Amino acid sequence: MNLCTDQLAMLLASPGQLISISNIASDPLVSAMVDEAATYPMNFGRAEEIYLLAPDLVLAGQYSRGNAVEMLERLGVPVLRLPFAQSMQDVAANMRTIGAALGRDRVGEEMAATFETRLTTLREDVATPLTAALYSANGYTTGEHSLSGQILLAAGFENIATRAGIPYGGVLPMELLIMAEPDLVITSQPYPGASRSEDILKHPAIATLRSHQRRATMSDQQWVCGTPHVLAAVESLVADRRALQEASE
Amino acid sequence: MSRLFVILTLGMVALFVISLVVGPAQIGPVDSLVALVAGDGSPLTLIMREIRLPRAILAVLIGGGLGLSGAALQGYLRNPLAEPGLIGVSSTAALGAVVAIHAGLAASLSLGLPLAALAGALIGVFLVLGFAGSQGGSLTLILAGIAMSALAGALTSLVLNLSPNPFAASEIVFWMMGSLADRSIVHVWLLLPFAFVGAALLVSQARGLDALTLGEDAAQTMGINLSRLRLVLVVGVACIVGGSTAVAGAIGFVGLVVPHILRPFVGAQPSRLLWASGLGGAIMLQAADIAVRVILPERDLKLGVVTALVGAPLFLHLIYKTRRGLA
Repeated sequence: MNLCTDQLAMLLASPGQLISISNIASDPLVSAMVDEAATYPMNFGRAEEIYLLAPDLVLAGQYSRGNAVEMLERLGVPVLRLPFAQSMQDVAANMRTIGAALGRDRVGEEMAATFETRLTTLREDVATPLTAALYSANGYTTGEHSLSGQILLAAGFENIATRAGIPYGGVLPMELLIMAEPDLVITSQPYPGASRSEDILKHPAIATLRSHQRRATMSDQQWVCGTPHVLAAVESLVADRRALQEASE
Repeated sequence: MSRLFVILTLGMVALFVISLVVGPAQIGPVDSLVALVAGDGSPLTLIMREIRLPRAILAVLIGGGLGLSGAALQGYLRNPLAEPGLIGVSSTAALGAVVAIHAGLAASLSLGLPLAALAGALIGVFLVLGFAGSQGGSLTLILAGIAMSALAGALTSLVLNLSPNPFAASEIVFWMMGSLADRSIVHVWLLLPFAFVGAALLVSQARGLDALTLGEDAAQTMGINLSRLRLVLVVGVACIVGGSTAVAGAIGFVGLVVPHILRPFVGAQPSRLLWASGLGGAIMLQAADIAVRVILPERDLKLGVVTALVGAPLFLHLIYKTRRGLA
């Protein structure tokens, strides 16, 4: 019933074990597993339709679809609420949790172990970390205590938000972003259909700041959910960092 | 009269400078002004030229335009309650702007956004004046305005709700309350032609508005073509409100408060009230925009909230006075 649990379940379940996934898992903008998602029946996260599927277990996100999840619990359907991954440890822990819940402990353990090894090889000690800022619609930035902040750290960047005193997430005024002069500004991917909130990413001041930088965007596919796909985000950021460091040498 | 002109101009310039040195980045006032002029490619210059300067210019243009529109509408209708925001013109302009953005018109045509807002404003003014009649009875005018605002507001929300963009729906507040946060020099260029054409049209009718204070018949015998006056005013108001709303959302009450305060100082003469309200509007909106940044800097407090907090009590006071006049 949640984009992130859907993806982990698709990766971990044995054939035939998973009977339905949420409609969001088929949205190519946010889901990294659209092709896989097409092979499962879709639900829209409504209590009624899920109850009629008579599942042995419902996997939901900690905060998603609160009313529907509560209703299912009242109706006696077992629900596992998976906490939101805010760090790399959470990602591995969630893989183990879902694996165990599906009776596939070994597969979950394997995936978590692979994830941890690959992450260790990607992480390297950077003597002088470059600075980067995550910047999305309405000037929102995310700090260290978030999955995207952790991706940034893992790739060897120092987060501007931390310096600005934003530990979790919040609005970073554009003036402060420009004063901080980050080496890289990573913007969110625009959604279809225009909005004034996303105008800020095209502001001339941001454009000037980025004119001599590499382009980096965070795709929701890889940045939102704690799945093995976050490693791809780390990988591409590491490449950005190496290129930037070579250019400055 | 010239003393009032000097005072208002000085006030406007002073607020313009204050507006340039106030912002989340803690920069000394001297440093920031030097950076604005010097242009050495530092981040300071970038902030001053690309963020603060456009914002200050927009506050002057929009505030001045709204003050002028309010004075012109009140002069034409001979009714102190007329104001672009209250009679629903800002709302229809916002609807035009929102439709342009979500239909892709704003992206494909550089002037698409203000032109669509202008079209919305034109329809709004025509409908409201049509309903209220040229006599501009307070009751019909305000009722027509309420109906237009409600309808345009509902349609704006509908368009934003139907948008595939997840941020669009949260922008309803912006379009209804207005804000100058994070606007750029691009928006100044979008607004500039509309503001100047609109202001020129309104000011050109100053003599006609003066004549109208004697009543329609008297004005006609003085050689004023009333239908032409009406058309020019409608287009002028629509230009200003359309352009302003397209870049800053619907900001209400400026055109109500400013002419009301300045009227005694100009001897209630519409032609003199026009330019005085233009300057006064620029002062009021700049002050509001500075207040927004000083009171709750991290919250993006909407401009329209501040102007409404000042304007709404005054509006009630005016209604009270009008009621006593009727009794």
